[in-house]
Amino acid sequence: MTEVNEAPAGASSGGEDAEPLLSMRGIDKHFGPVQALYGVNLDLYSGKVTGLCGDNGAGKSVLTRTIAGAHQPDHGQIFFEGKPVHIRSTRDASALGIETVYQDLALADNLDIVQNMFLGRERLRHGLLDEDSMELAAADTLKTLRVTTVRSIRQPVASLSGGQRQSVAVAKAVMWNSKLVLLDEPTAALGVVQTRQVLDLIKRLRDQGLAVMVISHNLNDVFEVADRIAVLYLGRMVADGPAAGFDRQSVVEYMTTGAANGRPSEPAASASGEV
Amino acid sequence: MAPDGEDPVTADPGQPPAETAHARRRQTEAEAVALVAAPDMSVADVPPELLAQTLGQYLRASWLRVRGGDSGVLPVLMAMVVVAVVFQIITPEHAFLRPSNLVYIFGLSTVYMVLAIAETLVLLIAEIDLSVGAVALIGGVIAFKLVQQPGADWPWLAAILAALVACGVFGALQGILSARLKIPSFIVTLGGFLLFSGILIVVLGGADGSVNLNTSDSNQAVIYDLVQGTITPVASWILLVVVVGGIGTALWLRAASRRRQGLVAPPKSVTAVRIVLVAIVGAAVVAVCTVNRGTSLKSVQGLPWVIPIVLVVAAVWTLVLERTRFGRYLYAIGGNPEAARRAGVSLAGMRTWAFALCSATAGLGGILLGSFFYGEYSTNTADPGQLVLYTVAAAVIGGVSLFGGRGKALHGVLGGLLIGGIAYGVSLLNLGSLSTPLQYILPGGVLLAAVLIDVLSRRGSTGSVTRV
Repeated sequence: MTEVNEAPAGASSGGEDAEPLLSMRGIDKHFGPVQALYGVNLDLYSGKVTGLCGDNGAGKSVLTRTIAGAHQPDHGQIFFEGKPVHIRSTRDASALGIETVYQDLALADNLDIVQNMFLGRERLRHGLLDEDSMELAAADTLKTLRVTTVRSIRQPVASLSGGQRQSVAVAKAVMWNSKLVLLDEPTAALGVVQTRQVLDLIKRLRDQGLAVMVISHNLNDVFEVADRIAVLYLGRMVADGPAAGFDRQSVVEYMTTGAANGRPSEPAASASGEV
Repeated sequence: MAPDGEDPVTADPGQPPAETAHARRRQTEAEAVALVAAPDMSVADVPPELLAQTLGQYLRASWLRVRGGDSGVLPVLMAMVVVAVVFQIITPEHAFLRPSNLVYIFGLSTVYMVLAIAETLVLLIAEIDLSVGAVALIGGVIAFKLVQQPGADWPWLAAILAALVACGVFGALQGILSARLKIPSFIVTLGGFLLFSGILIVVLGGADGSVNLNTSDSNQAVIYDLVQGTITPVASWILLVVVVGGIGTALWLRAASRRRQGLVAPPKSVTAVRIVLVAIVGAAVVAVCTVNRGTSLKSVQGLPWVIPIVLVVAAVWTLVLERTRFGRYLYAIGGNPEAARRAGVSLAGMRTWAFALCSATAGLGGILLGSFFYGEYSTNTADPGQLVLYTVAAAVIGGVSLFGGRGKALHGVLGGLLIGGIAYGVSLLNLGSLSTPLQYILPGGVLLAAVLIDVLSRRGSTGSVTRV
C-alpha cells in the first residue's frame, strides 16, 4: 500500500504491520478565523480500538465529524482502504461503511428498538414497511452483539436504560456492514454496570474485526478498551501510538500541555510541519 | 480551539442524563430482578402484548401499564361512558341515548373525526394547525359551488377532488412558510385561520351568503347524501359482516404469520377477544342505525353512508401512519427531529407534506359538515373558530399528544365521537341563554383535562417532554 509507505511515520511508529483502514494525512480545518485542526494525521485499523483523547476544544469533535462527513477538511487527504476518498456527506461516509454514534445517540424515544435501528433505511415490501423482516434482522444484530438485556425489541426506546440505549445506538451503527464505527463519549452519563456493558460491547465490535474509534474524557475507559491512543492538543495530534506506550500520567500531560516527560510530541504530530 | 465550544451537532450533552438519571437508576434496579420477578416498573413500560403469553397475563400487563402512566385510549373511553350517563340523566325525557339522537351524533361526530385525524398528522410532528377549521369550510364551499346548477355543474367526484386539492395547496403554503422560513406553525396557521375565515365569507358571497345543494339533482344529491343518505338495513348488516370479517382475518393472519417466523405475537385468546370486541362495537352501531328513527309518515333507517366513509378514511390513514415510510418519519420527527434528520429525512419536506395532507383531509371534513347541515352552507352554520377548537380537542382527548410523536387515526375517531356527543348533548338541554356558552365551555374544559393527562403521562414515563 503505497500511500501508507510514503506516509509520515504515524503508521510505522505504531508498530503495525497491517495497513490502516482509514488514514488521515495533514488534515487542516478552520472555521472563519479559528483554526480547529492543524495538519492532523491519524490511522485507524480494522480490529483495533483507537482511543481519541483531548481536552475540551482540542478538536476531537471536529476531527470525528470530518471522518463522518459532516465537515470537509480544508487541506489534507483521507485514505480509506488505501484509496484516497472525499467524504462530503454522512451519506458518503455510510457508503464507505463509516458510522458514527453521537453523544446524544439520536434515537427517537417514541419509536421501538427495531424502528430506531432501521430509521431512514426501512425495508419495504409491496410499498409497505416490512416489519417482520426488519425485526428479525434487528434481533439478529443484537444477538451477535450479545445485547440481551432488553426485554423486547418492540419496546419503545424511552423505556430503556442508558446503557441499553447506547447499545441500541451502537447496534444501529454496525448493522449496515460497517467497517469503522466512531463512538463519541459512549460512556458519559452511564453508571458503573452500564459502562461495563458498553465497554464489553466495544470489545466485541473489535473482535468482529471492525475498526473502532472511541472519543472519551474518561481515561479509565480508554485504557480499558483502547489498543491505540491518539491525543489531540489545541488542534494538533501530539501523540499517537499503541496503548502500551502510554500511561495515565503521560496521556494527561499530553492532553493538558501537548507534551509529556519533556518529550515534545510523537512523530505523527510534528511530521506534517505545516504549523 | 474548536469553534463555538466544541460541538453544535453533537449538541445537548446534558440532555439524556439530567432528566432520566433517576428513572434510569430505578430501571437498572428493576432490570436486576426483572428476570426473576418482573416488577411493576419495568413491565409498565413495555407494551403488554409483547410479553404476555396468555389472556390473563395480557390483562395484568395492560393494567400495570395504565398504572404506570401510559393509559392509551382508556381516558377517552371512560369519558364517553361518563358523557353518555350524565347526558342521559340530565337531558329532558332522557332522550340522549335514543337511536335517532345517537345517529345524529354519529353524523356530527364524523366531521370532527375526519378533522381530528387530519390534525393528528400535524400534531404528530409536534406542530399545530389552527387554520384547519377555516380551510375545511372553504373546501366544503368549493365542493358545493362546483356542483351548482346552473353554474360550474361539475361531476360530484371531480368537485370533491378539486376541493381537496385546493385545501391541500392552502395547507402546503402554510407548511412551506412554517418549515422553510422556520416560523412557528402556531403563528403561521393563526394567520391562516383569520385569512381563510375572511376568504370563506367572500366565497360564500357576503356575511349573510349561503350555498345550497339541490337534492332533486342526482349529481348534487350524492354530496348531500354523504351524511344524510343511508344504506338499507340488510346492506348494513352485510357490510358489518364484511368489515368484521376483513379486520378479523387480517388480525388473525398477521398474528399467525408472526408466530410462524418465530416472532412474538399476541396470544390467540387476545386476538380473538379483539375481534369479538370489534364485532360487538360494530353490531351495536349497526343495531342503533337500523332502528327506524323516522316519523310515522316516513321511515328512516339504515347505516348512514358517512360511517363507512369515515372508516375508510381512518383505515387509510392508519395504514399510511403505521405501515409506510412517510408515517414512520412523521413519528420519528415528533420523537426526535435530530435523529430523523441524521437518518436522512428531509424535515422541511415532511413538514410541508404533513400540513398539505392535513388540510386536504380537513377539506373532506368540511364537505361532510355541509352535508350534515342538510346540504346548506351559510355563515351561521360555518364557524371556523369553534370548529378548530373542537378539532384540536377531539384529537388530544382521543390520545394524540400535543408534544408530537404519539397518536393514531383511531384516536381521532374516538375523540371526535366524544366531542360530537358533548356538543349535541349540550344543545339538547333546555338551557336558554346558557346553551351557547356551554358549547364552548364544556369542550374547552375537556380539552384542558386531556392536555393535563397528556402532560402528566409524559412526565410519568421515562420519555422526555423536551424537544418540542
